[in-house]
Amino acid sequence: MSESEMALSAGQSGHGAFMEPSPYGIQSKKLTMWLFIISDAVTFGAILMVFSYLRAGTPNWNAPFRFSPSIINGMVMTFVLLTSSLTMLGAVEAAKAGRKAASLKWLGGTVLLGTLFAVLHIREWFHMFDEGWRLFQNPTGGPVIFGAAFFSITGLHLMHVISGVIALIVIAIGYSTDWLDANHVETTGLYWHFVDLVWMFVFPLVYLMNASR
Amino acid sequence: MGKLFAAVVFVITLISVAIFVMHTWWLPIDISTTGPAVDRQMNDTMIGTGILFLAGQLVLGVFVWGSSSRKSGRKIRIFPGGATPLVTAAIILVGLEILTLTFVGSKAWGAIYLTPPAANSLRVDVQAEQFAFYFRYPGPDGQFGGLHPDKIDDGSGNYFGLDPANDIAARDDIVVGSLVVPVNRPVELTLHSKDVGHSFYVRELRVQQDFVPGLDIPLHFTATQTGKFEIVCTQLCGLGHYNMKAYLEVMPEDQWEQWLKSQAGQ
Amino acid sequence: MHETSEHAVHQHAPPTSFIRKHIFSLDHKVIGKQYYGLALLAVFIGMVLSWLMRIHLAWPTWPIPGLDKLSAVGAPAGVMTPEYYLSLMTMHGTIMVFFVLTNAPFAAFGNYFLPIQIGAEDMAFPRFNMMSFWTTFTAFLVMIAAFFVTDGPPISGWTAYAPLSAVGKDAGPGLAMGQNLWAISIAIFCIGSLLGALNFIATTLDLRTKGMSLSRMPYSTWAWFVTAVISLLAFAVLLPACILLILDRTAGTSFFIPSGLVLSDRLQPHAGGSVLLWQHLFWFFGHPEVYIAILPSIGIVCHILPVFARKPLLGPRATIGCMIAIGFLSYMVWGHHMFVSGMNPFSANLFSVPTLIITIPATILTLLLIGTVYGAKMRFTTPALFCLGFISVFISGGISGFFLAQPSLDTYLHATYFVVAHFHFVMAVASIFGVFAATYFWFPKMYGRMMSDTLGKWHFWLTFIGVYCIFMPMHYLGLAGNVRRYSAFVDDYLIALIPVHKFITIAALATGAAQLIFLFNLIWSRFRGPIAPDNPWEGTSLEWSTTSPPPFDNFGGRHMVVYQGPNEYGVEGTANDYVMQTSPEKIVTG
Ligand code: HEM
Ligand SMILES: [Cu+2]
Ligand SMILES: [Cu+2]
Repeated sequence: MSESEMALSAGQSGHGAFMEPSPYGIQSKKLTMWLFIISDAVTFGAILMVFSYLRAGTPNWNAPFRFSPSIINGMVMTFVLLTSSLTMLGAVEAAKAGRKAASLKWLGGTVLLGTLFAVLHIREWFHMFDEGWRLFQNPTGGPVIFGAAFFSITGLHLMHVISGVIALIVIAIGYSTDWLDANHVETTGLYWHFVDLVWMFVFPLVYLMNASR
Repeated sequence: MGKLFAAVVFVITLISVAIFVMHTWWLPIDISTTGPAVDRQMNDTMIGTGILFLAGQLVLGVFVWGSSSRKSGRKIRIFPGGATPLVTAAIILVGLEILTLTFVGSKAWGAIYLTPPAANSLRVDVQAEQFAFYFRYPGPDGQFGGLHPDKIDDGSGNYFGLDPANDIAARDDIVVGSLVVPVNRPVELTLHSKDVGHSFYVRELRVQQDFVPGLDIPLHFTATQTGKFEIVCTQLCGLGHYNMKAYLEVMPEDQWEQWLKSQAGQ
Repeated sequence: MHETSEHAVHQHAPPTSFIRKHIFSLDHKVIGKQYYGLALLAVFIGMVLSWLMRIHLAWPTWPIPGLDKLSAVGAPAGVMTPEYYLSLMTMHGTIMVFFVLTNAPFAAFGNYFLPIQIGAEDMAFPRFNMMSFWTTFTAFLVMIAAFFVTDGPPISGWTAYAPLSAVGKDAGPGLAMGQNLWAISIAIFCIGSLLGALNFIATTLDLRTKGMSLSRMPYSTWAWFVTAVISLLAFAVLLPACILLILDRTAGTSFFIPSGLVLSDRLQPHAGGSVLLWQHLFWFFGHPEVYIAILPSIGIVCHILPVFARKPLLGPRATIGCMIAIGFLSYMVWGHHMFVSGMNPFSANLFSVPTLIITIPATILTLLLIGTVYGAKMRFTTPALFCLGFISVFISGGISGFFLAQPSLDTYLHATYFVVAHFHFVMAVASIFGVFAATYFWFPKMYGRMMSDTLGKWHFWLTFIGVYCIFMPMHYLGLAGNVRRYSAFVDDYLIALIPVHKFITIAALATGAAQLIFLFNLIWSRFRGPIAPDNPWEGTSLEWSTTSPPPFDNFGGRHMVVYQGPNEYGVEGTANDYVMQTSPEKIVTG
């Protein structure tokens, strides 16, 4: 389920005099985004557990990544994603304050950074393919399960980043044409920060703990 | 209608309980040192839960019966004391039951799965495959040869993947289709699977243990009676699952020694 | 404050085209009925499969007419092969658990009645809701497609244990395309269920009408809400597990396949995976799933029983507390399915204790229901009988849980018919009784016509006695050590038990035939039943404050205001013996 679908679906958010107040005092859409995040966090949790479980059960685990280029590249990616969270923050703040032009600029920045992250990531993947990495192949002679785990975990995350970028574009267009409002920007922001947060688990677990020197 | 409901529930309950009590269908004899604890646990649980079952169904029946009374002007009545006594009773009664069952039961479990096998145990390797069990004895040298999955070849009878050409320990290993053990001597099994999950289940031993592909699973028991018993597979392993079995033959010590010699001679 | 234009449209003009009205409808009531229809179709298929299995178990050599038409390979001349038995068993379990028990009590009735019971016009996200259903429907089609691929449906059971399910065609028939379809279908099903769960939670929290505080929500709504929360987490684990399984099967990865396996004389090109990992992931989902199946029915019974007992449910707070406790504990017990799986035997004790602890809230719920019957002025309608039957079968099924929760007894009972008896009573039959009660109870509201009570009672008695005849003897089989998932009983030991199997088969066929009464009643009443009044059972909750069937926006533009809890039955000093939730009447408690 991508962000854009959430934005497109019709939500009833009218809490007039006829309704009990929502216990959290937030829009249904935002609540649902929180619920989605909880659920998605469980999914990521499961797949990271799979990785840790298999790693713990593999006696001769070698560390396939070297500081340069893998970790450096990963650190750049981390930096890019963190920065995009900041720009997203800017977009949300501006949207809340009603400064639409500023918000759109911040959104644009976030889209660019997100795209940059995806590009860096895909470039890294292709490098690894060249080295002989596959879902079922480990050119370093270590456990083949690493390839499978690496590509599935980062692939799942990359999918989230890409759908996030698409959602941001849709939201930005909608917001600029007054079809969507500041709340949509804020809700998308939640998702974007979540994607960033997940990376903060993926990066140490998949990169740093598998780096030699 | 309420009386009919109560009557039907009574009849069902009494017939069900009667068949349990009469042991019309029951566990077969127990031939292991750890089995009596399991059987005792089974009996205790049967009595404890049997009382709960009887009480639950009968009280339900009685209340339904009462609730169908058509006396005119009858008022509804709330359960004496409301929910509190029921909640308290449930917590205390079931809580006590849980404590005893866990306390006693974990001993029975521990005796089978958490105690190390005795030092003088007879070691037997078990290989499960679709759809048969094979058993391996170390032979006169007391050593098992190493396992090489790539050497497995059912056609030539190399079910374990032994490599006698390069592995001295493997040369005298005895591989047979039945688990033959001496009575009253501890037996230590190591379970391997060639292909998918299987399970080792001997009703009379009161043990069940899965074979896990990729892992060597230990299991030990001591048979206290001679005889021939079925070993059946209880983990769904494919189309022949229903027919995957072998025999456990428990023999007097001297007879067993002879059997082993005759196998080694072959 | 903020109303989207779409919302406004929804409020004033129901769609008129057939497709928007009945097929791609956004109306939660139509979607609820669609789920119900899907579950009905699925339960029919699942039941026929169970008949075929039962006939084969009792009379393995009898040809079943027409079965060779379904699969010439699986049942040459109508006699099924061992692998075809396992295929049917897998499909039976999968269809029943996913497409019946997850759909009927939760998605079907939840969709129809949750918004109405809280006074909302629709679900929070009608479009999501439509997507959930069609996603689930797609999953169903993919699953059914497995019947028609070359070597039939998978044979690995509804639990799909690796490596049997993971290595592909070398493991046996049905494990190539059939297993792929299975895994894809379940993955799609997860997505549908997750969407549904989000919607249920958001609706419950945000769309309650004035006065409908959480503590005034009917028990059924509570149960759907708790179930949605459980689903949100459970399916979030099954989804990645299925995707990894699909990768293992199609992309050459080895998440669930260790090295050195030889199948069909071929050393498998896999290495490094773990077999137990699949079991952990599956059961982390699987145990909560059984509560997803049973909790809605518990809620439904708690909702319906007081209506016919004409007195309030005993211990309303304790009831809701127990539901929440069960939901919470259900995540801590998955290992009780794995006592003898080869996981560390120490952890067996760790999983046994919370499992036994779950019996406490379950016992409390049962006792409170029994206590509610005490001193009641019971009206013995069909839904009331199914509620009482529910209590009885829930006791029967719960009792065997005490055995299976103890590792020391599970070493003997695991994978025997004792387990089959246990889960059929506590999950299958109990949950289905909840669905029957709900159907008889709410049919008048959904279709504006009453169902025949006479036929309903026949249906109840035959089913109630029937399920005991089918499943009670399975306990005896299990105690005697009769292994499950066997397509025939050829051991010297098991042959002696075949007469019991014959008895069970006859009972199963008879009980199955009795369901035709239900089907007939459903169809006949839909068109010929007497017109239902708005509140035929004198219930208090909001669904009885609107017309039967409710208008498109549920309350005809009225905004309901709630003044009471749902439990005001047997109230003295009022005009009737009950007070509607919408009635501003003051209740004097003595
Ligand atoms: C008409 C009544 C039913 C009968 C006669 C029946 C019969 C059976 C039989 C014979 C088996 C195979 C047992 C084995 O070989 O191990 C089975 C398995 C199963 N049944 Fe039913 N069943 C019925 C209804 C249901 C319902 C309503 C459910 C819904 C939960 C259900 C869920 C299952 C499950 C989950 C399995 C396990 C499948 C597996 O081992 O993978 N059954 N049933
Ligand atoms: Cu088997
Ligand atoms: Cu469970």
